Amino acid sequence: MKKQILSSIALIMAVAFGNAQTAEERGLQIAKAAEEADLGFGSSTVTLKMTLKNKNGQTSERYLENKTLELTEDGDKSLIVFNSPKDVKGTATLTFTHKVGSDDQWLYLPSIARVKRISSNNKSGPFVGSEFAYEDLSSQEVEKYSYKFLSEEGPLLIVEQDPVDPKSGYTRRVVSYNKEKGYRIEKIEFYDRKNALLKTLTYSGYKLYKNKFWRASTFNMVNHQSNKETLLEFSDYNFGVGLSDDDFTQVALKRAGS
Amino acid sequence: MAQLITMERHSKLGLLVTLFFMILGLNAQEEENKKVSHDVELEVEGEYRFFYEESQFEGQEDHYPSIAFRPEYSAEWDKGYQSINFKGFFRWDRDNERTHWDIRELYYQKAKNNWELSVGLKKVYWGVIESNHLVDVINQTDAVETFDGEEKLGQPMVQFSLITNKLGTFDFFYLPFHRKRTFPGEEGRLRFGTVIDQGDLGYESGAEEWRQDVAIRWKHYVGAFDIGLSHFYGNGREPLFVFTPTGEIDAFYPVIHQSGLDLQITHNAFLWKLESIYRYADAQDFFALAAGLEFTFSNIDGNGLDIGVLGEYLYDERDELALTALQNDIFFGSRIAFNDVQDTSILLGGIKDLEQSSTIFSMEASRRFGSNWTAEIEARIFSNIDDSELILANFRQDSFLRIAISRFF
Repeated sequence: MKKQILSSIALIMAVAFGNAQTAEERGLQIAKAAEEADLGFGSSTVTLKMTLKNKNGQTSERYLENKTLELTEDGDKSLIVFNSPKDVKGTATLTFTHKVGSDDQWLYLPSIARVKRISSNNKSGPFVGSEFAYEDLSSQEVEKYSYKFLSEEGPLLIVEQDPVDPKSGYTRRVVSYNKEKGYRIEKIEFYDRKNALLKTLTYSGYKLYKNKFWRASTFNMVNHQSNKETLLEFSDYNFGVGLSDDDFTQVALKRAGS
Repeated sequence: MAQLITMERHSKLGLLVTLFFMILGLNAQEEENKKVSHDVELEVEGEYRFFYEESQFEGQEDHYPSIAFRPEYSAEWDKGYQSINFKGFFRWDRDNERTHWDIRELYYQKAKNNWELSVGLKKVYWGVIESNHLVDVINQTDAVETFDGEEKLGQPMVQFSLITNKLGTFDFFYLPFHRKRTFPGEEGRLRFGTVIDQGDLGYESGAEEWRQDVAIRWKHYVGAFDIGLSHFYGNGREPLFVFTPTGEIDAFYPVIHQSGLDLQITHNAFLWKLESIYRYADAQDFFALAAGLEFTFSNIDGNGLDIGVLGEYLYDERDELALTALQNDIFFGSRIAFNDVQDTSILLGGIKDLEQSSTIFSMEASRRFGSNWTAEIEARIFSNIDDSELILANFRQDSFLRIAISRFF
């Protein structure tokens, strides 16, 4: 009986606090739920085709390969290798994302077989001439933003995210999470430093891997100010490769680019 | 004719590669993943170098049209943990000595957990400084190819890398054969008054090019610090020039010990760099150092324009005998990257002697056209070269413009 009363009180309190939850708390809660839903993928490899489209509709393509290693105590490790255009074939980057502070990044230049540590300071700059900034492609850690829940539209939870890092090119991002599909992201709107809508990123062709992990097969980034567009198409997702720290070293970076 | 020779060479190489691969393939049969992926690439480059000042020495030309081929082949299996890699090179040039071929790389590689083994001809780069490469001692410089010394000849080696969690990476090198540096011929620019024949240079070691050389390197990274320590013992890559009283040049490859340090601190948009070597041989011992920084203003226009500024100080105890002619100099430069679809970039720089008037200006610009073409423009200007500069005085009239267009297949 005593137990029952106690749990009733706990329930009432939880509901009361739930209602009292601020928009900031709810926003953070959603971001954490999304992170939680994607926990445990271990490692993955994927092939990317990047199509850059200018405002006249002319296109050029790049092919890349990406390896990711999930880390829980700190940010993920990733290795990207260029397969085309052919003059930059073998150029590769190794990134150690950190939850707090700047990332560690190395670049491999195959023509002179040189590994160079590079500054990860340039977050807002475009990745290889595309509409994706470096910060759009880096590992999305919860600690990198502050949050504000905006609204709920059917299964979609709309959350505003403000970058913690002052070097970010955005004042805020408006992210649509799908709460019925493991909090996968359906759309992100990016607002520039003047708080004007800069870009919209739309995710499509979602597939469920290992019965838990949602991965989009297409990212479409549209720049509203320049009318340029970049399409990222992912294929051959592999979650069964069992990569380890040994696959994310400077030695492995050279091997990947050779 | 030259084409015929290269074709024959290529087919021989192809056979060699296939044979090598077959032998290894048998061993690899037990492996769970036998899927082999092959990759073939070819770059054909047309180049034109124009020396706009009258030549200083007899036999030198002003215009140098040239063509180069860079074939590549690689086979990967065992999920990419084993591979065969080949990079070939052939150039035809008006200077007979610059007409040359090389196997830049041809090696078998196997990686497993925390180690990696490479056997064959390979290229290895050490160091952090942009204007001079002191620490980088494994490969011989292909000095006829470029003035900056960044083109290297393939080095026969066994390389074993051991990666540890807490103590960084250890690289062990066994280098069974020495390759001699290339030098321009009589028709070539950027040479001394006396034409140096590659073959004329002897060795201090009785074993000559077959002296069995070794090297070790430790490389680690902690936070913002990337540090490397290395030691090389063997035939020097840089020939030692001794001027005889009659004005003749006596040159040979000494047996050297070289200890090297390279350090980079990456802090926000700053890269702080240091390279230093101490080389000792019977005939000579000296200390050299290069220190500098690089700062990048990124995404200046909100459109991806990056402008980097570089400054480096170069010191060499050998003074005017330093073959690099960088004995007490300042390098200043700027790297401009547009980060556009065509990867347009420009590198501007100058090296100024702190004691004399000598200055070398350089400009390199490159851009992609379509998806398979690239164009490159390069200029090197030798300005106010001091008469007392033992090495540079020979290049006084050798300022040039270079245009190169590459097609990738």
